[in-house]
Amino acid sequence: MSETLLEVKGLKKNFGDFQAVKGIDLTVAAGDVLGFLGPNGAGKSTTMRMITGFIPATEGDAFICGKSITTDPIAAKRCLGYLPESAPSYRAMRVKDFLRFVAQIRGFSGAALEERVAATIKEAMLTAVENQTIETLSKGYRQRTCFAQAILHDPKILIMDEPTDGLDPNQKDVVRKWINNMAAKGKAIIISTHILEEVNAVCTRAIIIADGEKKDEGKIVREDGKPDSAVFQGTHETGKIDEVFRKLTKKEER
Amino acid sequence: MNFKNVKAIFAREFKSYFDSPVAYVFLVAFLVLIGFLTFGVAMFYERRQAVLTPFFLWHPWVYLLLVPAATMGLWAEERRNGTIELLLTLPITLGEALIGKFLAAWSFIGIALALTLPVPLTAGWLGSPDYGAVFCGYFGSVLLAGACTAIGVFASSLSRSQVIGFVIALAVSFTMLIIGFDPVINAVANWGVPSPIVNAVASCSLMRHFDAMCRGVVDLADVGYYFGVIVFMLAAAQVVTDSRKAS
Repeated sequence: MSETLLEVKGLKKNFGDFQAVKGIDLTVAAGDVLGFLGPNGAGKSTTMRMITGFIPATEGDAFICGKSITTDPIAAKRCLGYLPESAPSYRAMRVKDFLRFVAQIRGFSGAALEERVAATIKEAMLTAVENQTIETLSKGYRQRTCFAQAILHDPKILIMDEPTDGLDPNQKDVVRKWINNMAAKGKAIIISTHILEEVNAVCTRAIIIADGEKKDEGKIVREDGKPDSAVFQGTHETGKIDEVFRKLTKKEER
Repeated sequence: MNFKNVKAIFAREFKSYFDSPVAYVFLVAFLVLIGFLTFGVAMFYERRQAVLTPFFLWHPWVYLLLVPAATMGLWAEERRNGTIELLLTLPITLGEALIGKFLAAWSFIGIALALTLPVPLTAGWLGSPDYGAVFCGYFGSVLLAGACTAIGVFASSLSRSQVIGFVIALAVSFTMLIIGFDPVINAVANWGVPSPIVNAVASCSLMRHFDAMCRGVVDLADVGYYFGVIVFMLAAAQVVTDSRKAS
């Protein structure tokens, strides 16, 4: 049994009278790649933002490497790498300077900082553009730059919100290979997505949410690791992920 | 408070001013405006006095126009580009980010102010100014710039639009400048507002505390006032940013 690195307990979020997230529980262990699935507006990004400490939960808590994001946010955030939706970055900065800035905040300094930045640039395949300003890069490179800031401190937990959104098939393939590499290194990974082929390609488990509620949770089983053969084995439903997804979330679109 | 984080934010923000031509346009505009008002309007040379009061008295009005331009993007840009989500999910507190940004903007205005040093140096070459008064004037100007910068940081936190941030900073700074003027005080008193309230409001004027320093008098109460404005505005910016960061 792998070590549980992330535990979310009864997470709720209200915006005025509207309840966007209605009590989400989940756990992610080392080596797990959890697909956090749901249609647009289901509450995926809101949940990600609460887990990463960007917005406070109305109720519930997330424990990252055992640290509460509510009561000990700085320690919790140190254990976490986060790739927000749309991969934002400071576009007027050069790639290397941007990563140096993040490394400083992550507590690196001097030679260790330069070493870590150089290793991350190599790992994220950014060597060719390291001295370019981010605004001059293609969308794929910008995504890599934001991904690089997320893995710079070698976090135990990686959270990615729509990591392949808007990328071309080759760029998607690169991102998926990274995710698989990170999982092989024993990291706990959550991917929020509505692209179901992503789940078949990289996820070991999936949670389906709709209307702010967890609808089902289960394993992704593949024959010989082939994405086409992926089957979702949930608590309530079993079958091809796209069929289960439609069945569980279409009810909400009456 | 982790000062390494404040330093990292400060360095990034300060450098970002010089990543585009905007910083240079700002510095030139600052110097041209100060120069025009001092030499063209206040007739600094024609007075034939080595006194820098006509130079310092224009600083509030130049800050009124230009400080909001330097601060309007501090939070508005973070929200518009989505980088606020990146920044505030790093192991850093909102207070550290806020102070780093404020210090960067204040230092940038400080550079603009430092570039006006040829004015007192010229006065010293042509005559014998009271260097104590000159020092007090610059000290007061630095504090005034800090207060205007803090107002700008607060205004920038209110909206993701830089233009709205600029206009709010301009409006708040203008109000805080004019509430100390006698015509304004008299007009308010004529409306029947009790004089203790009128005096209390007038004592909050940015101008009133600056005037004394321009004349070479540094009162601890004036210094305390400016730091009070800075702390109040940054605290307000923290509350606003915290509540509106995801909007």
